[in-house]
This record gives sequence, C-alpha cells and structure tokens, in this order.
Amino acid sequence: MNTQNTAPRRLPFGFIIAFILLAIFLGLLFGSLSKNKNTSLKIGQPAPDFSFTSYDGETVSLADFRGKVVVVNFWASWCQPCAEEALYLEKVWQKYLPGEQVVFLGVDYVDTESKARQYLQGLHISYPNGPDLKSSISRDYHVSGVPETYVIAPDGRLAFIKIGPFTSTVELTEMIDSLLIIP
Amino acid sequence: MKPIPFLKILLIFITLLTIGVIPVAAQQPVPSDDDVNAIAREMFCPVCENTPLDVCPTKACSDWREEIRDKLAQGWSEAEIKSYFAERYGDQTLAQPPLRGLNWLLFLLPLCVITAAVTIYVSFLRRKMAPQVQNQPVPSSSENHYVDRLEQELKHRD
Repeated sequence: MNTQNTAPRRLPFGFIIAFILLAIFLGLLFGSLSKNKNTSLKIGQPAPDFSFTSYDGETVSLADFRGKVVVVNFWASWCQPCAEEALYLEKVWQKYLPGEQVVFLGVDYVDTESKARQYLQGLHISYPNGPDLKSSISRDYHVSGVPETYVIAPDGRLAFIKIGPFTSTVELTEMIDSLLIIP
Repeated sequence: MKPIPFLKILLIFITLLTIGVIPVAAQQPVPSDDDVNAIAREMFCPVCENTPLDVCPTKACSDWREEIRDKLAQGWSEAEIKSYFAERYGDQTLAQPPLRGLNWLLFLLPLCVITAAVTIYVSFLRRKMAPQVQNQPVPSSSENHYVDRLEQELKHRD
C-alpha cells in the first residue's frame, strides 16, 4: 500500500503575527505593572523631579529649589483632612517665608480647577499650588491617597514622608528644623 | 409730527429690556442629571477603582459631574468634554480609551488573536480532512485488473 509523503508543516502567517503581537502586549503589560508597582519611595533616595503650572500661571520646577528644604504636599479640594491640615501648612510656610530657605509646593490631585481655586481662596493658601495633570507627579511619588507630604532635603533627597494629615505645626516644624541645622 | 428725542427712545429700549420684552440672548438650558450621567457613565471615578462616574457617591465624583454639567451649560459637546478629562486626568478616566499611541494595541490584539485562531482552526480542519484522502491505499494493479474486467463485462451486457 502506498501513502503520500507529507511536507514539513509551516506555521500559519496569522499565527506568527498574533504571537508577535501577543508577546509585545504582554511585555508592555508586565513593564507597566512593574513600573506601577506600589513600592513606596524610600527615605534617602533622590526625590523624583517634577514641574507644574501653578493656579497663578507660574511654572514651578522642583529642580529650581535645590539647596532649599522643599515641602511637597499632595491634596485635593474634596479631601476634608487636607483642608484641616492646610491651615497648619500655611502657618509653617509663613514662619519660614522670610528666611527663604524653605519652599512649600502644593500638588492638586485629581481635582476640578474651579473647586481647587475655591479651596485655595477659602483657606488663604499663599504658597504655589498647581494641578497634577494626568496624575504624573503622584504616580512618580507613589501617592496612595491624600493628604501626603514629602519633605525634601537641600541635597534633593527625600528626608521625611508623611502619610495622612499633620494635626499640628509641631511635627512639620521639627522636620524642617532638623534639615536646616545640617550644614 | 414732532420727532421723538433720542433720550426717549433710549428710555423705552431700557424699559423693554428690563421687563424682558426684547430677548437679549438665548439662555442656555441647565443640563439635566440625565444629560450629565449620559457622559458620566462612560467615565470612571478617579479615586475608586472600576466605579463608573455616574454611580460613584464620593465627593470627587460629585465634583466631576458638576464639571460636566458646567461644560454642557457652556455648550461643550460630549467629545470635547471627554477629551478635556482625558487631557487633564489621563486616558484611564474614559471607559473607551481614545485610539492613540499604544491604545491601538487594545483594539488590534483581539482582532489578531481571533484571526490567528480561525487560521489555525481552518488549517487544522484541512489537515484532518486531507489525510483521509491522501492515506487511502492506492488500488494495486491486480485490483485494477478486476475492475477493468468488470466494467468490460457490464458494457457487453448493455
């Protein structure tokens, strides 16, 4: 009995294309997942750089404040603890304002502009505040909620991280003072 | 007839304006909750994961819905509002991300996978069918001989 010889089988073209696309997709997915992994920032590591356009129209960049203590506060107008904390932040900011060695920056997290402006006006916040467009700053800082505050030393490294609101001016003042003493 | 002085005309005009006889500009109707929710249900809450904006009870979502209402009252279209939110808060706020950048992969990949699956299935079916024909034993010469003879006899009978 004769049987026909079968030629070596070739993979269908569609299969190859789909396989390549699937590999690319999975690569991007895993890349994105590892990037967004909620590993919080560590004390001592360089603070991620950022810039924003404040609600006053001023461009603010963290890199411009090297050599100063920078307090970065993440907030939102819909966050009640943020409003309570804001009063302490403004008080501490006013205390260090004449010395020009401390800078306060407010980063507004997923907020509407009208509500944010009302909030700033209502609480008389005078330090620069701006929207975190596309949440890029909060993503870099692995912000898990608001309020969160990051205190950056003059050398650009993270010195303190405060998850949740400050309930008095004492804690923040102590943090800042400890960084100003270091020559 | 005495001509009407300009001041009198102005006074009449102002009076008519005040009592609303002359419409100055068409008032934009206040968008209803349904109008707002029609857009909001195609968006996600920025704070809670996977919660549509129209049903989310948080203050943040309430503010976002107000923002949608304001934009609608200003005459913005649905597309403009969605584009504004995507620009400001990122594509992840939209239920259907816009076709740009890597977002194309989300649409292309399932299509490619389906195409590949169909291709593989068709080729599998072909292979399954083909061997039944190909592996049929070729009739030997002796069998051919009998067949030929049978056909000849049948012809003779006709």
